[in-house]
Amino acid sequence: MKLLTHNMLTSHVKGVTKGYPLIIKATEVKVNELEFNAQFVSRMIPKLEWNALIQAAEWLGRSQDLPSTLIPNYENDEEFLHKVHRILLEVEVIEGCLQCPESGREFPISKGVPNMLLIEDE
Amino acid sequence: MALHCRRACRQYLLHLAHDNVDFRLPEIKALLSLRKRPFDTSETFSEKSPFWQLNGLSEDDIRRVMSRTICGKSSFELWGHGTTTDELRTSLLKYPAENMAPYLQQNSTYKINVYTFNKTLVFNNRIQKIDALDFLPFKGTVNLKDPEHIFCLLEDYGSDPNDIPEEPFHIYFGRWIADGQRELIRSYSVKKRHFIGNTSMDARLSFIMANHAKVKADDLVYDPFVGTGSLLVACSHFGAYVCGTDIDYNTIHGIGKASRKNQKWRGPDENIRANLRQYGTESLYVDVMVSDASKPVWRTNAQFDAIVTDPPYGIRESTRRTGSHKDIIKPPVDFSGESHVPVSMAYHLSDIFADLLNFAAHHLVLGGRLVYWLPIYRPEYCEEMVPLHPCLTLISNCEQTLSSHTSRRLITMEKTKEPEDSDRLSHLADPRFTPYQGHNSFREKYFSGLTKKNRKDAKATPRNKE
Repeated sequence: MKLLTHNMLTSHVKGVTKGYPLIIKATEVKVNELEFNAQFVSRMIPKLEWNALIQAAEWLGRSQDLPSTLIPNYENDEEFLHKVHRILLEVEVIEGCLQCPESGREFPISKGVPNMLLIEDE
Repeated sequence: MALHCRRACRQYLLHLAHDNVDFRLPEIKALLSLRKRPFDTSETFSEKSPFWQLNGLSEDDIRRVMSRTICGKSSFELWGHGTTTDELRTSLLKYPAENMAPYLQQNSTYKINVYTFNKTLVFNNRIQKIDALDFLPFKGTVNLKDPEHIFCLLEDYGSDPNDIPEEPFHIYFGRWIADGQRELIRSYSVKKRHFIGNTSMDARLSFIMANHAKVKADDLVYDPFVGTGSLLVACSHFGAYVCGTDIDYNTIHGIGKASRKNQKWRGPDENIRANLRQYGTESLYVDVMVSDASKPVWRTNAQFDAIVTDPPYGIRESTRRTGSHKDIIKPPVDFSGESHVPVSMAYHLSDIFADLLNFAAHHLVLGGRLVYWLPIYRPEYCEEMVPLHPCLTLISNCEQTLSSHTSRRLITMEKTKEPEDSDRLSHLADPRFTPYQGHNSFREKYFSGLTKKNRKDAKATPRNKE
């Protein structure tokens, strides 16, 4: 699971109102080198919940030196875009789980794939 | 004024392939729309004809369209046309000499092809027709192997193979610009793909869907019924980043029984990611997840540029969702780590489409498109059955016949309005906003149709068409 995806996921457990962001508990993380695409990263940044991304990076021990708030004029800051590219797309949680911050319900991640299914009572 | 007009007033001719005829116009319109160009044609335009004249476009526009189109075979800068050889000749003599000159230079090489639609000509006839064009000021030398410029004489002998006229109905002559992307049908063939399933969409339709959806490079595309990822493969070919979800754990993880004839179980390199790797687009793979499309996992402002999907019809793959249902026996509650669907209930078709449209209204960017297949029981079909949503505008509805009594329709919708609270009550005002009525029993009707007719119809089931 990449952090781009994690940034868009929320807990859909019945009755939960504060289910975002899902807490990441990773037991295996991989970093792949991926072709840098400044356009895509620039396009995605305004769609992200920036705080959740910083939080996610912290959970994976990879906050690097990502600023806690978005810098203005980030589209032209190549170094910044590279950092975002790395954290959004190159870092992947292979094994672990995502935990609903309100209910504690855990969604397992196996072979990089999160399983978001709920059972009937949830 | 005249100078500007000369460039802009050029006409181009599109030669279209003769399959998926209904899907062609929406595809070309979508691709023109990607360039913000309108579809502008002549008064004699006939959608069913394999030859379309396009006005108001530049050569660059044409090249861009051809770099994407699966329905378009080739494109030409139109120099002349007519319903008889004399008319063609007159038309060609009227074409500005200065527009022809750059391609007829003395030190250049060229060749002339003759293409006849719905008729086969013998070699001598073709040579005769080429010779009849010698009134044109060709100064270069003929090179059949590797010419700089290719010209084409195209003749339209109608669409009835049982009634082929002596003379063509229409003749065109033009300079070849570019071919379409039909080669992708072969290079992306499902037959050669690492990971397939029973309902993997064939390459041709996958690319047509990506085009109807106006997918472009750096888009983020989502498929909520991703299966083996055929649609994502096509979208990634056009440079989009892709993600998908599916309720089926085995398909997402690429495990379980194989769909290939001589293969029992799936191999280790059979999953959606491996498919993208096969075509060199792994860097565009975002994620796939096991998830129930009726219970979306995305936060409110999560947005996709396009949603391209083939929801289950309940025939070869079952429609399922998690949730309680009186008639279903509860399985043991043993929820540790990896799990499959604990309880399944029939996901009624009407709910699938209502949920899908509602999801698209909330999670598409403004101007983004939803493209999906709607299964139809033909004897009862009427246009009013196509689901609507106040935030989505219906762009096209193309039928692909599956059998005498069933077909599926490729529906394209564009998000034209952000959802408001009042939209939740829209179905009370207009019956067309209510869930896809009368189709809960598509599965029953499909099978009842089969048993009523003779066994032969059982062969005509939805399958990969190459």
